[in-house]
Parts: sequence; structure tokens; C-alpha cells
Amino acid sequence: MLKTFKNGGVHPPAHKLSADRAIEVLEIPKTAFIPVSQHIGAPAVPLVKRGDTVKTGQIIARSNGFVSTNIHSPVSGKVKKIDTLPDSSGYPRTGVVIDTEGDEWIDTIDRSETLVKEFSWSGKEITDKILEAGIVGLGGATFPTHVKLIPPKGKKAEMLILNGVECEPFLTSDHRLMLEKADEILVGTMLLKKALGVQKCYIGIENNKPDAIRLMREKTKEYPEISVVPLKVKYPQGGEKQLIKAITGREVPSGGLPIAVGVVVHNVGTAFAVYEAVQKNKPLFERIVTVTGKSLKKPSNFKTRIGTPIADLIEAAGGEPGDTGKIICGGPMMGKAIAKREVPVTKGTSGILLTGGNETKRKEQKACIRCSRCVSVCPMGLEPYYLMTVSEKQMWEAAEKNHVLDCIECGSCSYTCPSNRPLLDYIRLAKGKVGQLVRERKNG
Amino acid sequence: MSITILYTIITLSMIGLAAAVILYLVASKFKVYEDPRIDEVENALPGVNCGGCGFAGCRAFAEACVKQNDLSDLNCPVGGNETMAKVAAILGLEAVKNEPRVAFIRCNGTCEYRNKTSTYDGVTTCAAAALAYSGETDCPYGCLGYGDCYDACDFGAIDLRADLGIPLILDDQCVACGACVEACPRSLIELRKKFPKNRKIVVACRNEDKGAVAMKACSVACIGCGKCVKECPFDAITLENNLAFIDSDKCKLCRKCVSVCPTNSILEINFPPRKIKKEEKEECKTEK
Repeated sequence: MLKTFKNGGVHPPAHKLSADRAIEVLEIPKTAFIPVSQHIGAPAVPLVKRGDTVKTGQIIARSNGFVSTNIHSPVSGKVKKIDTLPDSSGYPRTGVVIDTEGDEWIDTIDRSETLVKEFSWSGKEITDKILEAGIVGLGGATFPTHVKLIPPKGKKAEMLILNGVECEPFLTSDHRLMLEKADEILVGTMLLKKALGVQKCYIGIENNKPDAIRLMREKTKEYPEISVVPLKVKYPQGGEKQLIKAITGREVPSGGLPIAVGVVVHNVGTAFAVYEAVQKNKPLFERIVTVTGKSLKKPSNFKTRIGTPIADLIEAAGGEPGDTGKIICGGPMMGKAIAKREVPVTKGTSGILLTGGNETKRKEQKACIRCSRCVSVCPMGLEPYYLMTVSEKQMWEAAEKNHVLDCIECGSCSYTCPSNRPLLDYIRLAKGKVGQLVRERKNG
Repeated sequence: MSITILYTIITLSMIGLAAAVILYLVASKFKVYEDPRIDEVENALPGVNCGGCGFAGCRAFAEACVKQNDLSDLNCPVGGNETMAKVAAILGLEAVKNEPRVAFIRCNGTCEYRNKTSTYDGVTTCAAAALAYSGETDCPYGCLGYGDCYDACDFGAIDLRADLGIPLILDDQCVACGACVEACPRSLIELRKKFPKNRKIVVACRNEDKGAVAMKACSVACIGCGKCVKECPFDAITLENNLAFIDSDKCKLCRKCVSVCPTNSILEINFPPRKIKKEEKEECKTEK
């Protein structure tokens, strides 16, 4: 019997169109726009100014606070300007615009492909290197990785879980990475393990990726501390709390962090980035992005520089199909439609999905028929129909009392609703308002 | 038969009498003294419970008036000076005159001036749309047009104009309670000084982008050129983050700024039409 989480969950069709496409290296963009806020927490402070020459991998913005991280130049060239430009939500964000000239990397980066297994770093050194390299959670939440490696006082990590679930339909970037860079991921895992000082490590992979499970099992033979856990396919298993529940049976308390149950979760992409940062001295300025869609000519996985316009990726994947309705940054369940094609790939961009025709349009909203399907699929055990109602009526206190802040925004409720009600839209609204109320209360 | 009815009447009357006596005793024993002036003040207030005064309804405001014994920082925007004078008379205090105010939506980005560049199909409230993304047009500061202000207004002072894509405030109905100011997620609505005949000179824009970007998104955007600032003889206009703002308390409605604005983002409202010198206009054309 395969493991999975207990409460709720849905089974959207997988559509992993690009699963057998090897990772291709995408051309370097002519101009790159690099926002200084690509992570959760305080935006980084730009270090360069207009006219400066930068090399690939050079630090261009410095971390500003504990929950913040560094940003590095993904290209070499001249800084055109430091300006505000729209990000994927369309709101203006500060960033650095660089005109590319050649591709000259800084000398400290080891550009060879050889695998470096051995390391003699201490945990502290590894954490410092991770902060220096600007690594964030590459699963999409972009939480600075070094913060997760320093547990709050009085808490101790017991185990590390590596997230190779990739439960979002369409996305295949983690899957491809596991197939092509398994050794590097495992070295990265050992580094994370050392930094955390834990003994045990699990890699959770959903059962729809048997090749990745087989390969990882084979490779982990030389690492007895790491075990691969195949998981039953169910969305949203890639959610941190669901993955912990599936693998360990522990439940993260309401409002708490995984560290409260002694677990730290990292994405496989993050482990790979950690390997590159520590063993190869390479900061995070590239990532794997899946570009996919049913009418797309060539659904692909690209290794792309941060700051590349999304339009370039779509072009490389065979151009935008005529029936494109929405371009979604992320997967179909949790991703957000973007308003402009010129927005750049950031550290959190795991995929670009082009939907067309009937897939794009929302169906007509009807009245709630009290079928309670949303309640039964909610992986957090909430009551989405009720949260939507109180949000519609702007009863924020009631929303707070019903744990709206525990919602992980997986979208299972909206997906399953037979009346096509925009449950998540309203829950998100309530989350925003309640979060604001809580902050106001804290600040007096 | 008649005796049964008699007994019934007597029994019920006795119960009623006993209950009345008990109620009277309890009421006099547990009586809470309340200043009778609170009721009087409450009766003088408009009774719409809009919260524009900053209190939870008219009763709470009346209590505050009686308790604070000083009306200098209390104001009922709905009733205005007239109501406050009545309240002052009841309490034997001096009324402080407040300038009447009116709400104004600082966006003129109607469908005519702002092109739609994307389509939003989510929940049609401004708050939800603003959370999702910057909106259907390229202006991330402008009105979203889903009418959260319209829903918030208790006085029917906001007209949701589908043909324009932005709401309009009906000055005569607006009581400046500030409910719409709170409701707008883009902070577009401002409470301004109310001039005679509802006249106003306003920068109808909130776009803080640089000129070229702002112009591209909306043809009547403020581009932050600063011409109006130089033109204003009363120092009423300030320029901050590429955006001009007219302080209504300093503005004297001279209209000099309106004619220098290159993008027509400064509006003159409720003024009689200007006399246009025909010859001059023609001259300009030939020069070009």
C-alpha cells in the first residue's frame, strides 16, 4: 500500500506532455530584467548602478534582512538602468535591466561538468554559502533556503524531506532534473543534511514517475541515510504539509511551520542548486522551466537564465499557438495568468502553461447546491463553501475563526465544485484581509 | 359558565398585577442612570449609522459627544454644520465649523482613454481583482471599475457608469462619510473641500509611472511634467513620484493649471464653458 496524505485531495488529469523531453539550454536573452524581489521577505538592495559592467554570476543585489537573499547577474554585459517594470502580476517592481554582451562568467565558478562528491564543509559554512548564492525554494514558494536551515530557538530538526512530488499537472521540470541530475541532487541532499545536522532523509516521489523512482533507488544505494518513498498519486501532495503527513504521518499544527514537527522540506531543484552553489561555487541564476500546453508545437524543459522574457521561452517552444487564451506562470492548479509576455522568468517560475479554447474560460457560476464536495477534497480540513460565504459578506472575523489562514491555496475546492463557484478567489481575498487584520493587531 | 369566565379574568388580572409589581421593583432596583442628553443628541443626528464620524453608529457618536464635553474634534459629516450646531445647542457647547467635503475618484481612465490589454474573468469585486493582478488595462494604479465603492456607499452617491468603465460621484448626494475611501483597494478616492456650485479643479490620475510609461497606458495620465506646479500661483500643487496633486484647501479655482496640462489630466468640473478665441486657435493650427 503506497503512502499518501489522509484528508481530501483531487485527481486532475496529469498531462505531463514534456516528461520525455530532455532539458535544453535556452539562448541567453538580449536584455535581462532581474527584479530585486524574487523571494518571500525583504527585497534585496541593488549594488550596481547604471553603466556598470557585470559578469555572469556577479552579485548585483544584496540581501536585506534575515528573511531575504542575494541576487546575481544571470548575464554578462552593461547595466542599462535600475527601474520599475511590471512583474508577472502586472504591478511595477524594482529591478535591474542588463544589456547582454557575450557571456563572461566570474572566475570563481567551476564550469566543468564533473561530479564533485566529497566535501569537508561544516554545517555553518554550507548555510553561509547557500545565503551567498541566493538560493530560495525552487518549488515555487521562493522561501529563502538558508532560513529553513537555521531552526528557531528551542526547535530541532529530526529529518529532511526532499520534495520530488511535482503533483501539479503539466509540469515536468523536477521530474527531468531527477532523471538527468540524480547524482548532483543526492550530493546536494547530503549537503543540506549536514547543514541541518539530521540523520534521516526521505525523497518523496509520486508513483506516476516510475523512471525517477527507479533511478533514485539505484543511486541511493551508496547513501544508506537517504531513502526513496514512492507515493500514491494525489494532488496536492507536493504541498509541504501534505508531504510531511504522507511520509511521516505527522501533522503540522495550525499556523505552525514544518519545523514544529521536526521536519524540514526542500525541493529537489533546491538540492541541485545547493550542490552547484557549494561544490561548484555557482550562484543561483539559472533554473529549469517547463514550457507546455496542449496546442504548443514543442512542449519542452528549458534550462534558462533568470530574467529571460517569457516570450522568448514560448518562441523557443515553437511559438504561441493561435488559440492561446491564457498564459499561466506555474501549473494549472496554482499558477497565475500573466498579463504581459515580456515579464521575466524569476527564481520561482517552475513552468509556463499556455491554455487555449474551452480550457481557458471559466464556466458559468451557479448556486451552491450544498453537496459538500469542497469540504471533502480540502487537504487542510477547512470548509471552503463557508469561507467563501463569509468572505462575500466581508465577515473577516468569522473567516479568521474558521482558520482561513491555514488555506494553502491549492485550488482543489474550485476544481471540484460542480457549480463552478470561485471558492478560491474569495478565500484568497479573505486571507489577504485577515492577514492584514492580524498584522494590525500585532502592531497595536 | 359566566362564573368560569369571571374566574379566568380575575386570575389573569392577578398574575398581570403581580408581574407588573415584580417588574417595577426590579427596574427600580437595577436602574442604570443614563444621561438623558444622549437620547436628545441621538435624535438630532441623521441616524444613518454610516460610521463616517469614526464611531460605530450614531448612538456611539452621541455618547462620545456627551462624554467628551468638547466638540472640537467631533464631526458628523452627514449632517454637517447644521447638525453639529443643534448638538452644540443641546449640550450647551460651542460648535466648531467644519468645511464640507466631497469625495472624488482620482481616475479618468474611461474606456475611451485606456485600452484593455487583458481580460479578467475572476470574481468581480475590485478587492479580488487587485489581489490577482494589475487589471485589464496597462495602468496598475487606475480604477478597476467593479464598483466596490458603489457597494460601500449608503447614500446612493455613486453612479456606476458601464459606458465609461469608471464610477462617478454625485456631489449633491455625497456626504463625505469616507466609506468609499476605505473600500477602494487602489486608494483612488480622496475627500476634498467642497466648493460652491460643486466646482473643482482636480488631477484625475494616480499613476506614479514615468511619463512615457504612463502615457502608453492611458492618454489622460499625469506624466509628472511639473508644468502645473510652476503655473500655480498659490502653491497648491505638489509633485511626488511623477504625480501631481492639488491640495483642495489651498486651491482657489483659478484654472491656470488646467490649460498648461499637456495630457488633460487636470479637470475643471462644473465651470461654465470658456470663451475660446477662434482666431488664436486657427493661428496655432497654421503654425503647426
